[in-house]
This record gives sequence, structure tokens and C-alpha cells, in this order.
Amino acid sequence: MDFALLVIQTLNGLQLGLLLFLVASGLTLVFGILDFVNLAHASLYLIGAFICATLTFALGNFLIAVVVALPLTGLIGWAVERFVARPLYERDHLDHVLATFGLILVFETLAHLIWGPEGIAVPLPEFLQGQIVLSETLIIPSYRFLIIGAGLAAAGGLFWMVNFTRLGMLIRAGASNRTMVSALGINIEMLFGLVFAIGATLAGLAGMLVAPITEANIGMGNSIIITAFVVIIVGGIGSMKGAFVAALLIGLIDTLGRSFLDDIFKIFMSPSAAENSAPAISAMLIYIIMAVVLALKPQGLFPPKVR
Amino acid sequence: MTMLETRSLMKSFGGIRATDDLTLSVEPGELHAIIGPNGAGKTTLITQLCGSQKPDSGTILYKGQDITRVPAHKRARLGITRSFQITSLILDMTVIDNIALAVQARQGSSFRLVRNARTISAIRDRAMELLTRVGLSDKANMVTSALSHGEHRHMEIAIALAAEAELMLLDEPMAGLGAEETRAMIDLLNGIKGQHTIVLIEHDMDAVFALADRISVLVYGHIIATGSPAEIRANKDVEAAYLGEESGAA
Amino acid sequence: MSRRNIITLVVMALLAVLPPVFYLTGNAFYLDLATRLTILAIAAVSLNLILGYGGLISFGHAAYLGIGAYAVGIPAHHWLYGGLESLGLATTSGYVQIPLAIGVAALFALVTGAICLRTKGVYFIMITMAFAQMMYYAIVSIEEYGGDDGLVIDSRSELPFIDLDDPLQLFGLAYVSLVVAMLIVRMIVNSRFGMVLRGAKGNNERVVMLGFNTYLFRLTAYVIAGAMAGYAGALLGNFTTFISPEMMDWGRSGELMFMVILGGTATLVGPVIGATLFIVLEEVLSSLTVYWHLPFGLLLLAVVLFGKGGIMGMLRADKEDSE
Repeated sequence: MDFALLVIQTLNGLQLGLLLFLVASGLTLVFGILDFVNLAHASLYLIGAFICATLTFALGNFLIAVVVALPLTGLIGWAVERFVARPLYERDHLDHVLATFGLILVFETLAHLIWGPEGIAVPLPEFLQGQIVLSETLIIPSYRFLIIGAGLAAAGGLFWMVNFTRLGMLIRAGASNRTMVSALGINIEMLFGLVFAIGATLAGLAGMLVAPITEANIGMGNSIIITAFVVIIVGGIGSMKGAFVAALLIGLIDTLGRSFLDDIFKIFMSPSAAENSAPAISAMLIYIIMAVVLALKPQGLFPPKVR
Repeated sequence: MTMLETRSLMKSFGGIRATDDLTLSVEPGELHAIIGPNGAGKTTLITQLCGSQKPDSGTILYKGQDITRVPAHKRARLGITRSFQITSLILDMTVIDNIALAVQARQGSSFRLVRNARTISAIRDRAMELLTRVGLSDKANMVTSALSHGEHRHMEIAIALAAEAELMLLDEPMAGLGAEETRAMIDLLNGIKGQHTIVLIEHDMDAVFALADRISVLVYGHIIATGSPAEIRANKDVEAAYLGEESGAA
Repeated sequence: MSRRNIITLVVMALLAVLPPVFYLTGNAFYLDLATRLTILAIAAVSLNLILGYGGLISFGHAAYLGIGAYAVGIPAHHWLYGGLESLGLATTSGYVQIPLAIGVAALFALVTGAICLRTKGVYFIMITMAFAQMMYYAIVSIEEYGGDDGLVIDSRSELPFIDLDDPLQLFGLAYVSLVVAMLIVRMIVNSRFGMVLRGAKGNNERVVMLGFNTYLFRLTAYVIAGAMAGYAGALLGNFTTFISPEMMDWGRSGELMFMVILGGTATLVGPVIGATLFIVLEEVLSSLTVYWHLPFGLLLLAVVLFGKGGIMGMLRADKEDSE
């Protein structure tokens, strides 16, 4: 195994893990507090990326575009809560699933209509285009560090908000007891809308961060949402800590599995057998891990205390 | 042999002791009522007796056999049945289908995928007979959700009877019933009393004193007294703990 | 006869008569459409067994269609290009392919169902979805079977007495299969087993208290539904003669769910009506605009937000609970 590759892939895994956390945290927040299943959550990841791409060209700078695009994505999240989620809180999960499935189709087709079928490449400012050369074989694009830094900052901010602010207290209280929060005279509808908007903003941020690497494209939401589901299932639905731990775990395992599983397999099987089986197994790896976790702990690693 | 016995049962929820060193013994054939102020842990006790919750420690014996770790569906097969405080029927099925399912549970394996269950007369006839017994035969083919609260309570009793249970755990069968409905329920329970051992959890004191052979008083998860209705009526501790709470609440 | 039974018979009679008439009057396209909808209806009927009658919201049912299709495609591939002869899997014989489709689908349902059914509610939805996606990625990663690009089935399954290369015979097989699938589901849901399954949907705790191990009942239903959808997948492979991982995508699973809901859950003919409406809508909308997912998505939203009980719910007059 090649050390430089291991470092690079570990950083990639960390990056994927943090992006997954940004998407999964919103999902788990919305489910934990509102008991609402939002399949269309990743549509905000997608829309966030496209809005940011357009703004990057309009404003001439990626970072400014991100700053402007974040509240816009939050606003769309708020609208989703107001017009789709709110009428469905009293219904069962099946209705949530169907309605938000319809919403995905709407969002994806709208993106297709507005931005066209091709992906949009998002240019980075000059100072983010560089590479950090750690050794001859160990070269890391500096933008990767920005993603990791931004991901960690967002995660930290979220933890701070949930654990140390009045809003966070209300969110935690709302998660365990809705009637109590409304009895306190808090505008619960406003709180729910805010929670949705926060989740949307975080998912949008993930989409914006990833857009310069993969382009903003229509299929991007689909590719991340199921992995984000795996994350919150493994972590325990409704648990922020679980989402964080599971996101990093899944991100690292998926990335490292894809690059090193064939080497590992070669230790105990023939090279050709290893090369044949490794791609299929590494593609299934995170699902196998999910299955194992569920077989042992049906509520995930960090089941929320009250449910 | 005692029908049901608990020894030092303990169950806490986040530091609150819902069941605290609870020791109880129920004799075969008796109607044993458990009373106690709100929040005394009556429903928590029932859920442990029927197996849907496990105690933190302590033992539950059924006919001398330790069933503490036996799961709910197996306890049902041993002859323990439970009615629910909040009526727990299958609301989208017809009345007779609800009862038939309980009869089916009693009549051996239900892992039968071919024959139409509604054409099996051994099941349908027995279900109809039970409905007649609780006075609901004329509503057999209605959807359960269309029946009144009192009628749902009667269905609960029919289901408990269908199980031919040796031990029936009745969780507040009079809850939410009007005066007339309560009287009908008392008559119904008086009719089946003696044929089954019954543990009755109930708020309605008139009903309890009219029906019970023995009464246990539960306060903060602990039994403070057990005895005949007359003994309980005369017990000073009960008066202090129970009636004090009642008047305090009023 | 109840109104619901009349609707069932009328729908099934129309489905039997119209497509061959179209075909014989020179509109082969409509027969193709009907074959596709009939095959998808089999999958929807099987999903209805667990979703409609069992209350198990499986969001991964398309995986079984894919498994069934690849159980036809992979042996046909080896038959043409060699490999797997030792296992007897280099063949176009329907006697091998169809049991393989049913068997592998049932096995996948057994293994994943055993895990999924330990959970409930939203966990169940997401886990069924994740396992289906696992199959999707597994097929994508196997280059020999075309990966992302899919696999062409060069030769259809060989069966006695019928020739699947004849569109009319293929439709006939699909139609008879659909009727048989509906009869099987009707038999199951009305049996003692079915009573327990439906009871557990309405109130699982109560049914457990009666002494039933509902986990085993649900798992059995889950495996039966998976096997039926696997069979439908084998037909679908024979119909399209081109298969790709895309047919297992979660969007396809969502469409199957939509068919069941649109037609009305827990009714025998609901999924058939739902599949018909879906295929017709898809055909009409996609001929009007490439952006047909937009009106389609809006319609789905409208059905959920404002509709109740699907088409069968709207048509229903009799409240009795029987078929």
C-alpha cells in the first residue's frame, strides 16, 4: 500500500464524510423534530449548487456567490416546509415519502428547464486553485482543505447552535415534546419553518462546496441522498452526534474501500479473484456495514433518547 | 398454587421509579383489583405482566414458572391476555374479523395461506358466539371504527374471552364510559368472574368494590396494602395515601 | 356482486381484449405498451401485498424487477459468450432462468427482509431503499455484464408451447401471469395468514398480544412479494431485451409505489388501474414535452395533498372489507 495514496484518500474520505454530514444533519434535524421524511432534501443540495454556479458567473467570485446563495437556498427550504411539509405533518410517513418524491421530480425538472441538461463547471478564484505540495508524491489541491475546513466549521456551528443557544434549546425541546414547546408560547410553525430552512441551507452548502469539483449537475442529488440515508440510519435517526460519527465513518470507509479493497483482498485470495470481486464488494460496502449495524442495533449507533 | 406472583419488581424511566419493589400475588379464580392514584404505575405494571416491557430487576412467576424474560407473544400462548386502557382494536377491520383473529390465535397455527379464513366455520361460529355474549352480534359486520367507545370496550372483553385465557389483565375497562355503559360492563364482568382469573386495573371505585374479591393498593410503584374490599375500606394507610391524594387533587 | 368486483372484472376484460385488437388492426405500438403495463402491474400487485395489506412501506421493490431481469440476461449472456457452463447457467432455457429469477429474488428478500423488518417506520422505508441501491451499485460495478451501460439480451427465454419472440404470445403470458398473481394475492390476504398480516398493519401490538409472531408473518409476505416481482422482472427482461441497472434505481421503486397508491392500496385491482394510469400518463406527457416529469411530479403532489384512497377509493361505494 502506498503511503501518499493513503493520505490523499483519507483526506478524500474525510471530505466526503463532512459533505455527507452537511446533508445528513438537515435530514436528521427535520426528522427528529418534525417527524417528517423528506426525500427531496437532496434537491436543495442540487438547487444550491446551481444557484451558486449562476451567481458565480453573475458576481464574478465563487465565495461571494456562496454567501449570497446560502440564504436563497434557506428560503426555498422554508417554502418547502410551508407549502408541502406543513399540510402533511398529521399524515403518515407514506404520504411524506410520496409527496417529497413528487417534489424531487419537480425540482429536478425545473433545474433541467432553467439550467439545461449539461452540468455547469464552477470556476474557483485563483488563490483556491493552487496545490499544496507536501512531498514529491503527496500533492493536495488547496480547495480540498477549504472544503474540510468549511465542513468542520459548519458542523461546529451546528453543535454550538443546538447545544448552547436559545434556538437550540427550543429545537431540542421540540424534538422531545411538541406540545410543551407550543405551550411555552413559542410560535411552533415559525420554529419548524426555521428548522427546515437551516437543513436546506446546510444541504445547499454541501452542494455549493462540491460544485467546483464535480460541476453542478442534475444527477448530483440522487447520488448523495441514499448515502445520506445510510448515514442517518447508521447514526440513529434524529441524533446529531450519530449523524456526525456515521458520516465520517461512511465517508472514510467508502473512499478507502474503493481504493484499497483489492489490495486487501489480494492478501488472502488470488490477484484475479481479488480484482474481480473488489469493485462489487466495495460498491456494496457501506450497505453491508449498515446491515451489520442494524442487525446489532436496530435503532442505529446513537438512538435518540426520546422517540 | 398461585396463579401470578411478582417478586421485588423494579422498573425505572430516566430516574423515576415507576415500579418499586413490587410484590403481588394473585390466586386462581379470583378477581384481583389494583387501584391507586394517578401516576402510581398501574399501566407500567400491566405492561410488565403481559411482557411488552421488561422489568429492570425482579421476577414474575406464572403458575410457579418464571416468565420474566418470556416475550409477549409467548406469554399470550401460555394463557395470559391483556385488554388495553386506550382501546387497541384493529380499527380498519370489521368487528367479527377482530374477534375471529383472536379465535384464530387460540385455534392453532395461523400460518395457513390457502383457505379463506372467513369460510372456516369453527372460527366464525365461535367469534359470533362471543359477540353474542358481549351483546354485539348485530354489529358483527360493521367496520370497527364505526362503533362507540363503550362497544369497543365490550369487544376488548370478547377478545380476552376468545383467548380462553386463564389470566385476564384488564386495563381500565370502564375508562371513559358513561354511567349506563359502566353498569353494562359491570354486569358483563360479573358474568365471567370466577371462570377466569382476572387482574383488574380500574379507577372507578364503585365498580372495583362491586366486583373485586381482593384489592391491592399501588402507590408510587409500591403495593401498600392487599385485602378484601372490606379490609381495604377500613385500612388507615390506604385512606391516608389514596384518599389524601384524591382530596389534595380536588 | 359488489361494485368493486364489477370494476375488477371490467378492467381485466378490457386489458385482455383491447391490446390484441389494437395489434391485429395494425397498431403494434399499443400492444407493446400494454405488455409493459401488464408486467409492471404484476410487480405493483406484489408490492400491494406488503404495502397495501401488510402496511410495509418498501421503497426498494424495483430491485426485484432488476434481479429477475438479470436472471434472464446473465445466463443468456454466458450462453452466447461462454462461461458459467459448469454451473449450468449458460443457457436460454426458461426452465433455468425463471426459477433462477424467482429464487434469487426470494433469497434477496429473505436476507434483506430479515434485517429490514427488525426496524419500523421511517427506518424501514430508508433501509429497503438502501438495499435496493446496493443491488444497483453491485450491478454497475460488474463490467462483464455491461455495468452502467446495461446488457443486451440476445435471445429470449425458451419455453415450451410459447414463443416469446411473438409479441402477442408474450403479452398473453404476461396477462395470464398477472391474473394468476392477482388470484394468489387474493388467496393469501383472505387466508388465516392474511388476517394476521392485515391485523398487524392495523395494530401490530394487539396482534402480538394475541400470541402471533408478526415478524415471521411479515417476513413470509415480504419474500412472497419479492419472488413475484422477481418473476415480473424475468418477463420484463424478455420484453425489453435490454436491461440496465437503471431499472433498479430508487426512482423506479418510487414509481411502483405510486402505481399502488394511485390505484388504491389494499384492493385487488387497484395496482392494475394504477399501473395503467401511470403508463398512459407517462406516454401522453412525454410525447408532449421532454419536461414531463414536471407535470408528473406536480400531479403526484396533488394526489397526496388532496386525494384520498386512490382511484379505487373514489370509486368505492360499498364499505365492506372483502374482495
